Amino acid sequence: MYRLKNISFKVVITVLSFVWISIGYSQFKIPPKPKDAKQHFVYDYSNLLTEQDSSALNVKLRRYADTTSTQIVVAIINSTEGEYINYLGAQWGEKWGIGQEKEDNGILILLAKNDRKIAINTGKGVEHLLTDALSKRIIDREIIPYFKRNDYNGGLNRGVDVIFEVMQGEYKGTRKNNAVRFPFEIIIVLVIFFIIFIIAISKTRGGGRGGNKGNRRDDDARSILEAIILSNMGRGSYSRGSSSGGGLFGGSSSGGSFGGGGFGGGFGGGSFGGGGASGGW
Amino acid sequence: MKKKGLILLGILVVIGIYIYNSMTTKQGNYEAQWANVESSYQRRADLIPNLVATVKGYAAHEKETLEGVIKARSEATKTTIDPSNLTPENIAQFQQAQQGLSGALSRLLVTVERYPELKADKSFIELQSQIEGTENRISVERNRFNELAGNYNIYIRKFPMNLLAGVFGFDDATLFKSEPGSEKAPKVEF
Repeated sequence: MYRLKNISFKVVITVLSFVWISIGYSQFKIPPKPKDAKQHFVYDYSNLLTEQDSSALNVKLRRYADTTSTQIVVAIINSTEGEYINYLGAQWGEKWGIGQEKEDNGILILLAKNDRKIAINTGKGVEHLLTDALSKRIIDREIIPYFKRNDYNGGLNRGVDVIFEVMQGEYKGTRKNNAVRFPFEIIIVLVIFFIIFIIAISKTRGGGRGGNKGNRRDDDARSILEAIILSNMGRGSYSRGSSSGGGLFGGSSSGGSFGGGGFGGGFGGGSFGGGGASGGW
Repeated sequence: MKKKGLILLGILVVIGIYIYNSMTTKQGNYEAQWANVESSYQRRADLIPNLVATVKGYAAHEKETLEGVIKARSEATKTTIDPSNLTPENIAQFQQAQQGLSGALSRLLVTVERYPELKADKSFIELQSQIEGTENRISVERNRFNELAGNYNIYIRKFPMNLLAGVFGFDDATLFKSEPGSEKAPKVEF
C-alpha cells in the first residue's frame, strides 16, 4: 500500500515537473504553415489592421509576387514572448518556406504589437540586395515615423513600397511551375485529340463497310459523348489555368482571380539564414 | 533449409545497407551545416576590420580594447574545423576562440557608449545593424546545426541502429553548448 502511494506520488511529481518545464520554456509557437489554397500575404494575428487595409496590402503583395516571384509576407503578432524578433522571424520564414526554393527570395516582415518591435527578415537570396543595414534604415526612417503616429497601415505600406524599390529588377518572371506546367496540358489535350481522331477514322471506316443504319446511330451517340468529354476537358484545363494566379492573362484578369484560392505556386520553400534587422518605437 | 538461410541473410544485408545509407545521409546533413556555421562566424570576423577602423576615427586612445578585438579576431579566424573532423575537443576549441571574439567585441561596444559622436556616425550605425544581423545569423545557423546533429544522434541511438552504428563506425555528434550568459538572443545591445 505504501509502495503504491509512493509510486503515484512519483508520477505526480514527474507530471508536474513536465508541466513546469513547459511553462518555464514558454516561447512563441510559430503557426503551422497554411495550406496552399489558404496562403496569402498578410497574417494579422492581433487584428491591428482593419479588414480593408489588410486586404489592400494583401492585393499589393500578391501582385508583386505574381510579377516578380519575390514573396513578401507581413505577419502581425502580439508578442514574441521573449524571443529575439529576428531570430523568431528567421525560424518562421524557414518553416513556412516563403520565397522560391532555388532563389530563396522571401521576405518576412514581422510586427510584434505589444513589444512595439518590427523586424524585416530576409531570405538568403535577398540578403545581397536588401542588406541588414538597408533593412535597418527602412525600419528606422520609413516605417517607424508612421508607427509613432499610430499609423500602422501607413508604415507597413511605406515599408513595403521601399522594399519594392530596393528589390527592383530582380528575379523577373520566374514564377514557380507556370512555364513547365502549361505545355504539358496542351500536349495531353493534343494526345487525346489524336486518339479520338484515330478512333473516329476507324469507326467511320467500319461504318462504311457495314452500311448499317443501327450502327451509324451508335456512331452518332459515340461522337456526342466524345464531344461532351472533350468540352469538359477543355473547361477543366481552362479553369486550372486561371486559378493558378492569373499568370496566363497578366494583370487584366487579376481582379477576378484574387477571389479564390492560393496565389501562383504558393510558398515555394525559400530558406532564411537570419538576415535582416529590427527596430522598436 | 540452406536456401531459407540465404534469403534471410539477403534481407539482413539489404536492411543493413538501408541503415548505413540513412546514417550517412544524416551525418552528411549536419556536416554540411557546419560549413554554414563557420561562414556565419566568418562573416562576423569580416566586419571587424571595418568596425575597428570606424571606432579608431573617434576613439583612437581606446587602444587596448581595439587591440584586444584584433587579437581575438585573428585567433578566431585561425580556428576552423574540417567537417569530417568534428570532435568534441575541436568544437570546444572553436567555441572558445569565437567566445573570445564575442567578449572582446562586447567590451568594445560598451566602450563606444562613451562616444556620442561615434554613435551618431552613419557608417557606424550601419555597421551596428550588420553586426546585429550577423549575430542573428550565427544563432540561426548554430541552432540548425544542433537540430541536424541532434537528429542524427537520436537516430543512431535507436534500436537496431545502435548495434550497427558501432560496427559501421558512426560516433555521436557533438552539439554546440549554449554559452554562459549568451543564450539564443544575440547580446549585442546598443
